Amino acid sequence: MRKCASFYICILATLAFTSVSIAQAPEPPSNLVVVDTPDDAGNSVDLTWTLSPNDVFNTLLSDEQATDANLIVASYAISRITVDAIGVTISDEDSNWRVVSEPAPGEVNWTDRSLHLGCTYNYRIHAVDTAGNTSTWDVAESTVSPVMQMFNMSKAWLAIFMLLFGGFVAYFINHARSGKKLWVRKIAGLEAIDEAVGRATEMGRPVLFVAGIQDINEIQTLAGLTVLSRVAKTAAEYGAQIEVPTCRSLVMAAARETVEAAYLSAGVPEAYQPDRIHYLTDEQFAFVAGVTGYMVREEPAACIYMGGFYAESLILAETGNYIGAIQVAGTAMPSQLPFFVAACDYTLIGEEFFAASAYLSGDPLQIGSLKGQDYGKFMSVLILVFGIFLATIISMSHSEEGASVTALDYMKNNMLGDEGLGSFGGGDTDIEGDDS
Amino acid sequence: MKRTVPLIIAIIAGFVLLIANFIPFAEGWGLTAQEWFNILAVGAMILGGGNLIKLHLKKVSSQRKGWGYSAVTIVCFFGTLLIGMLKWGVHPNPLYANYSWSGYYLESGSGLWWIYQHMVVPLTAMMFAMLAFYVATAAFRAFRAKNIEATLLLITAGIVLLGRTYAGVWLFGWLDWLPEGITHFNLAGIPWLPIDFYSLQFDRLTIWIMEVPNTAGTRAITIGIALGVVATSLRILLGVDRSYLGQD
Repeated sequence: MRKCASFYICILATLAFTSVSIAQAPEPPSNLVVVDTPDDAGNSVDLTWTLSPNDVFNTLLSDEQATDANLIVASYAISRITVDAIGVTISDEDSNWRVVSEPAPGEVNWTDRSLHLGCTYNYRIHAVDTAGNTSTWDVAESTVSPVMQMFNMSKAWLAIFMLLFGGFVAYFINHARSGKKLWVRKIAGLEAIDEAVGRATEMGRPVLFVAGIQDINEIQTLAGLTVLSRVAKTAAEYGAQIEVPTCRSLVMAAARETVEAAYLSAGVPEAYQPDRIHYLTDEQFAFVAGVTGYMVREEPAACIYMGGFYAESLILAETGNYIGAIQVAGTAMPSQLPFFVAACDYTLIGEEFFAASAYLSGDPLQIGSLKGQDYGKFMSVLILVFGIFLATIISMSHSEEGASVTALDYMKNNMLGDEGLGSFGGGDTDIEGDDS
Repeated sequence: MKRTVPLIIAIIAGFVLLIANFIPFAEGWGLTAQEWFNILAVGAMILGGGNLIKLHLKKVSSQRKGWGYSAVTIVCFFGTLLIGMLKWGVHPNPLYANYSWSGYYLESGSGLWWIYQHMVVPLTAMMFAMLAFYVATAAFRAFRAKNIEATLLLITAGIVLLGRTYAGVWLFGWLDWLPEGITHFNLAGIPWLPIDFYSLQFDRLTIWIMEVPNTAGTRAITIGIALGVVATSLRILLGVDRSYLGQD
């Protein structure tokens, strides 16, 4: 009798334990789909899945499940196995299932970017609850082999615009080679540079040139250095001193080359003083303190700021104004332009700054590129006006479908978005509230 | 040769970065070029530091005007360098407790951390705070109504300034006392152009000014900048513009 009772107790205990274990395991995620990542180099795939019913971010979660803390999903685990490989040896590690990612609850996609071209992979996913219990695996319906695309089609329209614009520039450079004179409007800020350097010479004071606070890999710094070339040459011809403090070491090295060549070109290489082109610091406001300190002590007669500037723009320009210097500025930072306009005598706004090099050099080839730039601008304006026209028609007619909606949709999603050439009429149009 | 080699490097690096943007296979090339630049920049830091010290030592030795500032710069430079390299005040990493230099040099309480927190941060904040006063002086000059453009700027700035404060709402509180028939109307009966007196409140006008004319102007400048960047890049890539290398 006692043996029989012990036997039943053991069976009941086992059953109870088993039922608790089963009850504590969360429900697995489902519908794991793995597809090749579009427009990549063949080293990644995209995974998507449906959340586990025990995931608190699952909108289908019932209240009863949500309140059971034992069932809540703490994370997911994605495993990968390499099932086949062409031209690549599969390592022991990859030939078995191994966890490659642990997405957080609520996440429904992940991109595996650690793959090799020529291999075939399979994936599975399971949920892990707060106690560490795991659900059963949900295996992907099919295996996947990453494929390399020869061209990033999402940037197809960008490439078309680039080719068109580049074509305009190349055509007009070639056109200028034939000797035909091209007209360029006067840019007051650049005309004023000679005047500013001349004034500094008359007053016996130096000319200060600041090429922004960005490094040499930024296009604004390069554009600033091209202006420096002209300023240094004028200063060399007039016999004025030029001071160039820099915020980056590489800019200092490049600026020295530029100024030295300018002095050589002006026929006074002996007047070149390399110590006047010097490095201060990479720290933004420490650089400002150094430059403004120099301005107050030495009182340069002309201050020229050409390059990428941030908050320091107004501090520099106001200090220059305080010492009574002629100030010429140029930048492509839209947020800093109002400060320069308010505090400087002349300001090169955006594209004028980039045109400075061509304008100052007088080289027909470079001026030809400006003409090409104008045609690019004309093309942009045409597209802009067409887009405004379509948006206005749609807004006035309150229509949600039709040719105009489709055309605007294509412009926004394909030409300006990342859907590439795509098909005409795909994607959704957000007519209102989109400031892209 | 001195100019040709850098020009060739610039052209190749430029084309590599351009191609990497469109050809997935070449994506890594762009990253490699960026890594090369970072290595160069680190090397150039020594060049910059050396130049800084050389100039200030010269200034101190010749006792030129303002040489005292140079002396402070040299003392601070070597003091910070020494404290950082010796890891002054850094506790050993618990994982490698036997190695006194195993801690992180910027850990809270270390010498370098103290310099940064108690000297660099306040000095930087001080410089940044000065901006507020410079904005006021620059605005005072810019808003003088000496011509039509400056007058328009003054009016717009006044509206935006008031519209960003409670005064923008308070100044138009009297509109609530008027009958609805007066305050609400449609301009020329155009249904998609709802205009009423409340739209003239400074806070609403501010939103309109910032969203419509300001955005339009900014975008016009941005488009011009984008085209200028492309044209300048092409001039550099094609070797037409070499003035940044010191050539006409």
